[in-house]
Amino acid sequence: MSDITADGPVLAADGTPLKRSLARAMRRQKLRALMLVAPLLIFVLLTFIFPIVNMLSRSVQNDIVVNTLPETVRALGSWDASSGQLPDEAVYAAFTRDMAVAIEAKKHTRLGGRLNYEKTGFSSMFRQSGRKMKKLDPVADAPFKDKLIDIHKGWGDVETWKVLQTHSGIFTSGYFLNAIDAQKTPDGVAWQPEEKQILLKLFGRTLIMSLIITGSCIMLGYPVAWLLANSTARTANLLLILVLLPFWTSLLVRTSAWKVMLQQNGVINEVLVWIGLVPDADRLILINNQFGTIVAMTHILLPFMILPMYSVMQTIPPSYLRAAKSLGATNWTAFWRVYFPQSVPGIGAGSILVFILSIGYYITPEIVGGTKGVFISNRIAYHISSSLNWGLAAALGTILLVVVLLLYWAYDKIVGIDNVKLG
Amino acid sequence: MANSTSDAAFVEFERVQKSYDGVNLVVKDLNLSMPKGEFLTMLGPSGSGKTTCLMMLAGFETATHGDIRLDGVSINNIPPHKRGIGMVFQNYALFPHMTVAENLSFPLEVRKIGKSEREEKVMRALGMVQMQDFAGRRPTQLSGGQQQRIALSRALVFEPELVLMDEPLGALDKQLRETLQFEITNLAHELGITTVYVTHDQTEALTMSDRVAVFDDGRIQQLAPPDQLYEEPENSFVAQFIGENNTLEGVVKEIKGGVALVQLDNGDLIDAKPVNVTEAGQRTRVSIRPERVEMDPTRLQEGAHTLKAEVLEFIYMGDIFRTRLRVAGKDDFVIKTRNAPDQVRLKPGQQIEIGWLAEDCRALDA
Repeated sequence: MSDITADGPVLAADGTPLKRSLARAMRRQKLRALMLVAPLLIFVLLTFIFPIVNMLSRSVQNDIVVNTLPETVRALGSWDASSGQLPDEAVYAAFTRDMAVAIEAKKHTRLGGRLNYEKTGFSSMFRQSGRKMKKLDPVADAPFKDKLIDIHKGWGDVETWKVLQTHSGIFTSGYFLNAIDAQKTPDGVAWQPEEKQILLKLFGRTLIMSLIITGSCIMLGYPVAWLLANSTARTANLLLILVLLPFWTSLLVRTSAWKVMLQQNGVINEVLVWIGLVPDADRLILINNQFGTIVAMTHILLPFMILPMYSVMQTIPPSYLRAAKSLGATNWTAFWRVYFPQSVPGIGAGSILVFILSIGYYITPEIVGGTKGVFISNRIAYHISSSLNWGLAAALGTILLVVVLLLYWAYDKIVGIDNVKLG
Repeated sequence: MANSTSDAAFVEFERVQKSYDGVNLVVKDLNLSMPKGEFLTMLGPSGSGKTTCLMMLAGFETATHGDIRLDGVSINNIPPHKRGIGMVFQNYALFPHMTVAENLSFPLEVRKIGKSEREEKVMRALGMVQMQDFAGRRPTQLSGGQQQRIALSRALVFEPELVLMDEPLGALDKQLRETLQFEITNLAHELGITTVYVTHDQTEALTMSDRVAVFDDGRIQQLAPPDQLYEEPENSFVAQFIGENNTLEGVVKEIKGGVALVQLDNGDLIDAKPVNVTEAGQRTRVSIRPERVEMDPTRLQEGAHTLKAEVLEFIYMGDIFRTRLRVAGKDDFVIKTRNAPDQVRLKPGQQIEIGWLAEDCRALDA
């Protein structure tokens, strides 16, 4: 209301409405700000956001079936899988035509590999059939139904066609189901067989071990941060360098050092045996298990806990403790009722940092974790580089991301993200 | 407690010394004795040792040497939380994560006082500073003056007999400071609490205190009631530090009949009251308050010495006129005159003659 006078809107000196004039001036400023951040923005988009979105989208992408066997998918649409009957000749003919194109382009083995995630045997079936189907002529050699069953008896199995039909959509929930130890069967969602259920357990273990690591970082870091915040500038600087020292050493070197320390012929065991605390035959197993992972990762992530705690503690004036004591509080009460509550934001910031870092940690568990001390990220790496099941890897990665965001949200609800201070 | 009378020493410092580094003494040989119910201010420039004294009394610093007694009991080895001394800090030190009521309730909780009694005492303490309506607020939602009131009532809520205040009004604006000065002194006298107040603001010290201890260089330079401190400074530091002051340097010519004749460095002669000088020939610094300088030589007693002065600057300040003169070769000599109807307004360049009563001018240490 206030920008309207009796004679209309307030005008700038040159006669244009003041609001428009202001907007123009601001637009130029905003444009300049945007230009300044543009290089970084483009860099982040190209090298970070785009690859991640691309990778995560693989967790639901399934266009390989419909792209390789377009006619077959269309023909299967009218087939009722629950009838128990094999599809009719039209499906087999469509399949032969699709395969002829696919074999030409050498795409049929990739399709076999993809479908093999759903049902073992598909990979070899497609490879073997491919060799023999090359000789068939998609027009002259009709009908195909019996010929195909001759080539591989799998084509005479109703299950084969059920799998093809189930996974013929462009998008699939199959990878996500796999990621939580379930699978998409023609009859709906079902659990994986008992012996293949490892991923949920791995998720659980990753969460619990990350919590333990965060907890031990708090326990070990708090006194150090306190000392840093309450010593003279000289001492604090020296201590800070000691805290930061690990940052200047390669992560790989530090992790390998732990291997030297913890292995059965390592420094700790040798010392324990030498002073006779542990019998030679019965050396402690400190590495290639969860203990090893927790020890090494606590050490590596400790600075991320200490630094936010330190910067928060620095802002707590010593007069608060003095005031509490002058009011009659013992040292412990003064600490617990007055100092500690004010240092909680630092603990919160450090915990989020350490927890999120550790939940996705890869190198250290890979080196010192053995089989029992590995994290979900090691499994993701396995699917990326060894089993080449990128869809599953992407699904696992997406779940990990969602879990972290959920925990972050929960933390915000419980503690409040405003209470987190990095300095 | 039972046999302590009002004039017996309640707080006592005896030969107290304090050093932080083992080389320099921050507090040198401090002796001080306060009766119960007194409002004593420790005044001094920063680094004079006044805050260190307060911290030793509160228990946050230990005396390197000497004895500090509270109500006859040596408290050197009693930790701060057992001393039962209320304290108000310069930056208020209100706990930011607690409400005002929780802040006040804290000293009562640690003393294990029951809930209903606690609430009653908190409300009573808030009532003393007219802040009952703010019980549920957080300290950050209060203005500086309000925070200071809360800090004060928190220091009083557990009914200590001794309250220490460390420059509590330092961060407030002038008007608020004056209001709170008045409130604090009233409250202290009403409740009969013994108060030790530290400040570097001399106006605050003069208006609030029963006695003021002027600190410099780790020693008490003078311990006296405000009027005595202002009118009868015992040495040139106190004279300079308290209020505005003119100093002239010279040598004592003779001391006769309680009046010292001083020859200034430019040869002029003046009369002064000998305070820190005992015999002729001593160097001295004479000190005269701007409002005690007389511009009308006829009003001086017969035979009094006068000085020639040239007016350099005339400043109209409302209630008073402040005139800067060149006297005895120094051009920072100031006189203050009341803005009365018959008062002359001097003009720059004017030559006048000034003088004073010998007892208003004090010959102090050089």
